[in-house]
Amino acid sequence: MQWEPVIGLELHVQLATSSKIFSGASTAFGAAPNEQACAVDLGLPGVLPVLNENAVKMAVKFGLAIGAQINLHSIFDRKNYFYPDLPKGYQISQFETPIVGAGSITLEQEDGNNLRIGITRAHLEEDAGKSIHDLFPNQTGIDLNRTGTPLLEIVSEPDLRSAKQAADYFRQMHNLVRYLKICDGNLAQGSMRCDANVSVRPSGSTTLGERTEIKNINSFRFVERAIRFEIDRHIDILEGGGTVERETRQYDPDRDETRVMRGKEMSEDYRYFPDPDLLPLQISQTFVDAVAAELPELPEARRHRYEEALGLTAYDARWLSNDPDVAEFFEAVLNICNNAKQSANWIMGALSGYLNKADLGIDQSPVSPEQVGTLIARLDDGTLSSKTAKTLFDHLCSQGGEVDEAIEVLGLKQLNDTGELSGIIDQILADNPDQVAQLKAGKEKVLGFFVGQVMKQTQGKANPKQVNELIREKI
Amino acid sequence: MSNKSSINVPHLARLARLSLSAEEISAATEDLQQIVDMIDQMQSVDTNGIEPMAHPLDSTQRLRQDIVTEQVNPDNFQKHAPATEDHFYLVPRVVE
Amino acid sequence: MPNFHSLSSISAALKSGATSSKELTQYFLGRISRLNAKLNAYITVCEEAALAQAEQADAQYRQNQAGILTGIPMAHKDIFCTQDVLTTCGSKMLENFVAPYSATVVQKLNSAGMVMLGKTNMDEFAMGSSNESSYFGPVHNPWQLDKVPGGSSGGSAAAVAARLCPAATGTDTGGSIRQPAAFCGITGLKPTYGRVSRYGMVAFASSLDQGGAMTTTAEDAALLLSAMAGFDPLDSTSADPSRKDVQQSDAWLAQVAAEGYRGENRTFSIGLPRQYYTDTIGQAALADMQAVLEKAGHRFVDVDLPHTDAAVSTYYVIAGAEASTNLSRYDGIRFGHRCENPLDLEDLYNRSRSEGFGAEVKRRILTGTYALSVGYYDAYYVKAQKIRRLIADDFSRVFEEVDVLLTPITPGPAFGLEELTADPVAMYNQDKFTVPVSLAGLPAISIPCGQTNGLPLGAQIIGPAFAEQDIVDLAHQFQQLTDWHQQTCQWVED
Repeated sequence: MQWEPVIGLELHVQLATSSKIFSGASTAFGAAPNEQACAVDLGLPGVLPVLNENAVKMAVKFGLAIGAQINLHSIFDRKNYFYPDLPKGYQISQFETPIVGAGSITLEQEDGNNLRIGITRAHLEEDAGKSIHDLFPNQTGIDLNRTGTPLLEIVSEPDLRSAKQAADYFRQMHNLVRYLKICDGNLAQGSMRCDANVSVRPSGSTTLGERTEIKNINSFRFVERAIRFEIDRHIDILEGGGTVERETRQYDPDRDETRVMRGKEMSEDYRYFPDPDLLPLQISQTFVDAVAAELPELPEARRHRYEEALGLTAYDARWLSNDPDVAEFFEAVLNICNNAKQSANWIMGALSGYLNKADLGIDQSPVSPEQVGTLIARLDDGTLSSKTAKTLFDHLCSQGGEVDEAIEVLGLKQLNDTGELSGIIDQILADNPDQVAQLKAGKEKVLGFFVGQVMKQTQGKANPKQVNELIREKI
Repeated sequence: MSNKSSINVPHLARLARLSLSAEEISAATEDLQQIVDMIDQMQSVDTNGIEPMAHPLDSTQRLRQDIVTEQVNPDNFQKHAPATEDHFYLVPRVVE
Repeated sequence: MPNFHSLSSISAALKSGATSSKELTQYFLGRISRLNAKLNAYITVCEEAALAQAEQADAQYRQNQAGILTGIPMAHKDIFCTQDVLTTCGSKMLENFVAPYSATVVQKLNSAGMVMLGKTNMDEFAMGSSNESSYFGPVHNPWQLDKVPGGSSGGSAAAVAARLCPAATGTDTGGSIRQPAAFCGITGLKPTYGRVSRYGMVAFASSLDQGGAMTTTAEDAALLLSAMAGFDPLDSTSADPSRKDVQQSDAWLAQVAAEGYRGENRTFSIGLPRQYYTDTIGQAALADMQAVLEKAGHRFVDVDLPHTDAAVSTYYVIAGAEASTNLSRYDGIRFGHRCENPLDLEDLYNRSRSEGFGAEVKRRILTGTYALSVGYYDAYYVKAQKIRRLIADDFSRVFEEVDVLLTPITPGPAFGLEELTADPVAMYNQDKFTVPVSLAGLPAISIPCGQTNGLPLGAQIIGPAFAEQDIVDLAHQFQQLTDWHQQTCQWVED
C-alpha cells in the first residue's frame, strides 16, 4: 500500500524583547543561574504579571507577515500543570482567543511547485525555566532564567506531506522571523524549538490517521530525521496490522530514533481558564497599522525585486533573498560596487565556498560587505584581474585589511603600462619564433599561448585584453 | 448536574498534587458532594445569551514598556529556599 | 494614658505634642503583650522595628514633615508581604516565609509614616469565615472569647476591637473584611476592586481579592484608605486612572490624605434589596438604623437584586477555581514548606503540599480543580461567570435608581468556636450577604448598628464602583448620630 504522511508543526519562537513578557527581568542568554529570575518569574507569593508591549508588537508583526487575521481582542489563560521549571504551577498562554488567527505561507519548493501551508494560529505565552539533570548527584538543578521569556507559538495546519517539507517549512519560518527581527534565530540556544505532529494514512484517504507528537526538536536536520523515523515507524506498525498509539515522543539524535515520553493515559488535564491577574488584551487598529508600517521588505518581494530590477536569475534571486543575513550582505555589497551580477557571483561563489569550508555563517564572515564591494569595484575599474581578485579575496579572508592597501602591498595592480608590457612581449616573441610563425600563418590558437606566457611573466598582473591587442599589433 | 460517582477525589487530588489518606478521601468526597450540591443551585439560573464575566472591571490590559527594570541577586531570593546549591534550586532527580 | 480610639484623635494628639509616636507605640505594644495571649490576634509582633519607625516619625514631627498618619501605629493582616518580616498567610506552608519585598500597600503606609506593630492572624490563605482555619490557632472574639471573630481578617478585626491597634489592614475576597468587622463591632471598608493594589498581597482569588481598611470609625476608614489606595503599575488590574469615576475617587482620596476627612451631610436615596431582608437576626437593629437615617432626611426605596440566591454558589466556584491554581506555586521548591527526604519529585509535591496546607485549603483546591476539569468547565466555571454578570448587572440596574444600598451583613452575630467547622456548606452560607458585592467588584462598608446578647451586629452599605466617598459619608453620618461604633467589649480597659 502507498502511505501518505500528514505533518503539522508547532514552532516555539523566543521573541527578541529586552525584558520578559510579564516582568522587568532581562531575557539575555547565558547569565549565571537564577540571576535573571526576578520575584515575578519565581512566582513568589503576591507577585503579579504586567504584559510587555513589545511582545505584543512582535506577535502582530508576525501575523501581518503571514497575512493572518489579527485579533484585536485576545485573552491570556492559565495552563495548569506541575513541573519544577514552571514556577507558578501554570503557564500563562493563550488558549481559545489567540492574538494571531489563521494565515498562511507559501513553501518554496526546489521543483518550483510551491505549496501553500496554512497557519492555524499564533499565540503569546511565557517560556519555562531549565532543568539541569547532570550537575548534581541524584538531584535536578533548576535554573529559572529562561522563565518568562516571551514565546510566540506558531501552529501550522497538517499541510506538510514529507519530512523534507517539514524541515523546509521550519527553515523558511526561521528566515521569516529573522527578517522580521522578532527572534535572533539562534537554534543552538533554543531560540526556536519545534514540536511535530505526525500521522500517516493510505494514499488517497481523506481521514487522518492516529498521530504522535515529537517534542522539542531544535535543528532543521533533526526535524527531518525525527519525522522520517516516525513516518517509517507508523508505516511499519500499520503494515504489521497494528495501531498507532496517541502519545508524546522525543527524538534522540545519537540513536536517530524517537522514544515515548508519555502515553495517552498520562495526558494532562490542563484546566485552561482566563488568567484573572491579566485583563483582556485589546489592541487598536492604529496599533496594528503602526506595526504594519514598520514591516520590512519580505523575502518574496525581495526576490521579485532582485529578478526584475537587478536582472538576477531566478536561482540567484532566491539564493540571495531567502536568508535575511545573506540578503543584507548582498545589498551592502551592491551598495558599494553597483554590480548585481558580480555581487551575486562573489557571494554565492568565493564567499559561500569559504564560509562553508570554515563552517561559518555569513554573519560571522571574516570579510565584510565593504571589502567585497570594493574588491568588485576594483575589478570593474580594471585595477584587478579576475585572477588577482581571487588572490586578494583569499588574502582578505586570512589576513583582513583594507582593499586598496592590500592591492598595493601585494602588488596586485594590473600592468596597464604599455611600455613595460611591450618589452616583455617583445622578449617572449623573440624567444618563440616557431609560434610566431604559426600565428602569422593564421593559427589563432597560438595567441592563447602567448597571452599565457605574458600572464606567467607578470604574475597575472597584465591586463589580458591589452596583451592581446599588443601582440596583434606586433605581428 | 452531578452524581456521587462523578466526583473522583483521588483523580482531583492527583491533579492538585495532594496526597490524601483513605479517610481523607472519603471525608473529602462527602464534603465535595455537599459543596457540589450547593453549587448546583447555579444550574437553575437561566444564563442563555449571557456573556461570561471574567473580571469585575470593565477594563483592558495595560502594556508595560520593554525595559529591564530588575537586577537580580539570587541570594536575596534563596535565603529561605528549601534546597539550593550554586544558586540552582534542587529537586530530587527528574528522570527524563 | 488616654484611651486612644481613632486615627483622627491620635493624629491630633501627635500634632499637638500631647503624645509621641514612641509613647503610643509602647502603649499598644504593652497592650499586645498583656492581651494577645487571650485573643491570638497577632501572629508576629515587631517590637524593635516598630519602635525604630516610631522614633523616625517623632523626628518627622520635630522637623515639621509629618503627615496626617505619621507616627500612628497599625497592624497588617499577615497576607501582605513585608520585607524582612515573616508573612505566613496563616499557613504552615509559609510558616518561615520572609518576603524579599513589601506589598505596595505596606510600602504606601510605610511612606505615610505609619508604624507597623505586627502581623495579624487570619484564616489560612484567607479561606474561611471564622478564623478557625489558621495554622496558628483560632482568634477569639474580644466580645466573648468563646465566639469566633469572623474571617478571614479575624485577627485584624479582633485587634482593632480590643484596641491592640487603632487600625489594621484587611483583605476581602467574599466578605473577609466586612464580616469580621461586623462580628467584632468595628468598621470595615472593602474598596472597589482595583482601588487598592494587589501587588505583594498573597493571592486567594485574583478577580475578587481586595485590600481594605479595618478601623473604629468610617472617618478612619477613609483616612487609612487614602494612604493605601491608588494606581499601581505593578498590578494589571489596578484601576485605570484615566477613567472618570476613578479620577473622581482619586481626587477625593487626595483631599482626605492632604486635609483629613470631612464628611459631607448629603442626603442619599438608599435601596433596600428585598432578597437581603429575609430571616436575619439583625432585622430589628437594621430597622432602627433606617429610622435614624430617615429622620436625618435620607430616602428609602425597596429594590430587587433577583440573582442574589445564586451568589454563594457562583462565588465558591469562581473563588475555588482561581484559588486552586493560585496555590499551585506552593510546591516546596523555591520557598515555603518542603517535606523531609522526598523520595522523588511527585513525593516532594504531594507531601509538601499535603503537609503544608490545612483541611479547608485542600477542600477549596479540590473544589476548584473539579470546577475547572475537563467535562465540568462549562457547567461550573463558565456558568458561574455568566451568573456573575447577571449579579453585576442587577447592581448596575439598581444604581440607576438609588445612590447606595443598605443590607444586613451576616445572618446573625458571631457564632461559637467550632459551631460550624463540621459543616462547610453552612459555613459558606454565612457569606450570602457579602459575596454578591465581591462578585460585582463594588465597594461596601460594614459598620456596627446594634447588639444582640452582648454581641455586635453590623450593617452593610454598598455603593457603585469607585463611590467609596458616598458609602463612607453615609456611614459617617450614622456614626455622628449613634454610638454603636464607640461601644467596646468589657475588657478593652484592661
